[in-house]
Amino acid sequence: MHEYPITEQIIKIASEKAKENNARSITRITLVVGEQSGFIGESIQMYFDIISKDTLCEGAVLEMENIKAKWYCPDCNIHYARQPFSFACPDCGNDGMPTNIGKEFYVKDIEIETE
Amino acid sequence: MAEKEIQVVQNIFDENDRIAFATQEKLGKMGVFVVNIMGAPGAGKTSSIINLIQQLSENKVYVIEGDIESDIDTVKLKELGIEAIQINTNGACHLDAPTIQSSLDGLSFDKPGLLFIENIGNLVCPAEFQIGEHIKMLICSAAEGSDKPYKYPLAFEKADVILLTKCDLKTYVDFNDEFFLKGVRALNKTAPVFEVNAKTGQGFEDVAGWLLQRKG
Repeated sequence: MHEYPITEQIIKIASEKAKENNARSITRITLVVGEQSGFIGESIQMYFDIISKDTLCEGAVLEMENIKAKWYCPDCNIHYARQPFSFACPDCGNDGMPTNIGKEFYVKDIEIETE
Repeated sequence: MAEKEIQVVQNIFDENDRIAFATQEKLGKMGVFVVNIMGAPGAGKTSSIINLIQQLSENKVYVIEGDIESDIDTVKLKELGIEAIQINTNGACHLDAPTIQSSLDGLSFDKPGLLFIENIGNLVCPAEFQIGEHIKMLICSAAEGSDKPYKYPLAFEKADVILLTKCDLKTYVDFNDEFFLKGVRALNKTAPVFEVNAKTGQGFEDVAGWLLQRKG
């Protein structure tokens, strides 16, 4: 359910951009999906195949670039992947802070066919 | 026929966020401070709203109740004389900005005050969507356990204020204060954490005071 309206939005963004560029069809859409964005690629793909029918996006390949979530330790000035049940920096053991790395969720580019 | 690649780089939340900002701005101009209330099912969201309204008696309060299918909470609020409307999402796991925008006509907004929007009981998706709020209030009960910041980090990271409810149950559920607060502070350095008990009303005076100060 969660991915359904989001998939509609992806199709809208891609279709608008394609129309601006006089596309006949869209052959590929690249999404950047952070691990912590809360969205599941397989689920988006499932809805995409259904909702994209009869749109410029029908038949397009949906490519996902997945980004791993990273935390930041200001003491050590490093980014790190946190372990389950812990926010600790692997170098100094202090709790670091969350960053926006891994929260991305955007349409990066599209490939279109023109006449 | 030619193929070409077009750069897009457009955030999929853009349209939702644009509508959320318009709602926030419109209500802000009317002197209505909007609080997005997030929390798991049974955490005590409605009970906390009722306790807060009792403390905020000098202020007009409006409520939008988000629920998957029932109107139990709205009926309860209306019986108390609170101006409330119901949104049923019919299965959707969170409220979003277009849904809130289209429901605003259901409230009078005849006076400045506060609007509480009770989000769907869920610690995951509500944290991902702006709905037009000025602040996000996270309701987390002691009964859920002290590991919630570690399991649902985004909700804690995004919260402007955190209420720990059902604090009278702490000893029965082996709630570990230190572990809970360590997790909260790793995710969120600034949100105040208020310990409350909706059965006795304990702690809500302080939350109401904080809300009014934040409302300005």
